[in-house]
Amino acid sequence: MIRLENVTRVYGQGAGAVTALKDVNLEVAPGSITGVIGVSGAGKSTLIRCVNLLERPTRGRVFVADQELTALNKEALRKARHGIGMIFQHFNLLESRTVRGNIGLPLELIGTPRRDIDQRIDELLELTGLAERANAYPAALSGGQKQRVAIARALASNPKALLCDEATSALDPQTTSAILTLLRDINQRLGLTILLITHEMEVVRTICDQVALISGGALVETAPVGDFFTRPATEEGRLFLNDFLQLAPSNALLQRLSDGGAGNGVPVVRLTFRGQSLSSELMTHLEQRFGLRLHILQARVENIQGRTLGLMIAEFDGDRDIIDDAMAHLHTLDVQTEVLGHVQRHD
Amino acid sequence: MSSAMIDRILDAVIDTFYLVICSGVIGIVLGIMMGVALYVTRENRIMALPALNRVISLIVNVGRSVPFIILMLALAPFTRWLVGSYIGTTAALVPLSIAAIPFVARLVEGALNEVPHGLIEAAESMGATPWQIITRVLLPEARGGLITAATITIIALIGYSAMAGAIGAGGLGAVAYNYGYSRYNPMVMLVTVLIMVVMVQGVQMLGDFLVHRSRHR
Repeated sequence: MIRLENVTRVYGQGAGAVTALKDVNLEVAPGSITGVIGVSGAGKSTLIRCVNLLERPTRGRVFVADQELTALNKEALRKARHGIGMIFQHFNLLESRTVRGNIGLPLELIGTPRRDIDQRIDELLELTGLAERANAYPAALSGGQKQRVAIARALASNPKALLCDEATSALDPQTTSAILTLLRDINQRLGLTILLITHEMEVVRTICDQVALISGGALVETAPVGDFFTRPATEEGRLFLNDFLQLAPSNALLQRLSDGGAGNGVPVVRLTFRGQSLSSELMTHLEQRFGLRLHILQARVENIQGRTLGLMIAEFDGDRDIIDDAMAHLHTLDVQTEVLGHVQRHD
Repeated sequence: MSSAMIDRILDAVIDTFYLVICSGVIGIVLGIMMGVALYVTRENRIMALPALNRVISLIVNVGRSVPFIILMLALAPFTRWLVGSYIGTTAALVPLSIAAIPFVARLVEGALNEVPHGLIEAAESMGATPWQIITRVLLPEARGGLITAATITIIALIGYSAMAGAIGAGGLGAVAYNYGYSRYNPMVMLVTVLIMVVMVQGVQMLGDFLVHRSRHR
């Protein structure tokens, strides 16, 4: 539905030129939700603005619904934009218009008859749960309500694709979650293709099917969300994920680690389970087969798009060769292990 | 004050209204057009034409830097060509309107600059034409600023019209000059000044009311 081919965007010329996007290739399947994630300054905003040509790529081609936007003249581009909705971090509602007036604007632009506009507004008010605020002005609305109006407005002309530019970054977590639910709902009910940019892993995790990690203007990894969270393919992906899923040793543990085990200590291991559960069966298995005792110090389990990701920090209490065998066994089960250090035996 | 003087003052009030309203309407309409042109043709704007922008900007600056009293005299040949005479109430409309245009243009440009850029971007993302952006986004969103600009302009024109009155345009300025000043009638001077104060006050209050009503917050 959306396809970027070798999209490059350079600001300025000569020695002062800054490359905001480098050879970006991205494909968003019809009816899917793709999230582009990256730190600020990575080029996310430029990328999404290149999709509807609010910014024109210096090189490369942009396709939306099989139409090459980069090949269109101004008039044809405006027509094409009627089929691409967009919402923004700061909502960008017209303060001079009521909720109804804002939602109807895109239809006025294409000359839809008044009666049809009113009918469409009613449908959208219903869809976004705004019926009671229909005649309020944006200034009287909360952030979440404003974004709902913006979503309704973006959907007014029945677009095939929706672009979300940090749409939840100005909202509190609760409102964010409600807006994400609405977007997911719209995606499923209308089959609308969504491309969003965000710096929040939580957004990607909650609603995206595909994730693209952007860093320094280049897409470094594009993968299904479940795969990315359980098995990032690149170092950048791992780092980004670690920041999000961080299971850091507690201060008390760090203290014990720094005191060290002085030769006869036991290892403290961080285990990462991808795709399988932290089953008690496994724990029992390690104990019974290897005679290894695990003292679980910290643990966390996440469910991402139906895939489980478990993180655990545990003391491995047993003889050295037992520990080695157990570690080898864990590796065959695709459990990642990382020795954080050694501590004195608990008792 | 004689009843003849009272009639004279009432006529003068009507003349002043005529001058201010007519030149105000012409100046504000053309000034808004020029202000919009200044705004949209600037670099990176919706109809970016930097060369044209510099020309308009220069014209506006020249127009604003000439003191009204000089502008009025300098425009006399043009006024005579346009309306047949350079003396009289209707003739005074020409320099008043022309003085108002660049004045309004700068105020309008300022009001448009206050419209958040995100709104224009949103309209562009909906496929709005530049004309649609101007009429459906920029001007409505800048409404409060535009009303303020109109208020300031009308008040300036009340002052300018009195100046024009001193050289034959009629209106309160003429009465104040001819009767209050030249024939030393302090009562006439006082009354005309008071009437102008009331007019300015009234325009300001009306403007404030309209700005307040246009703000939905």
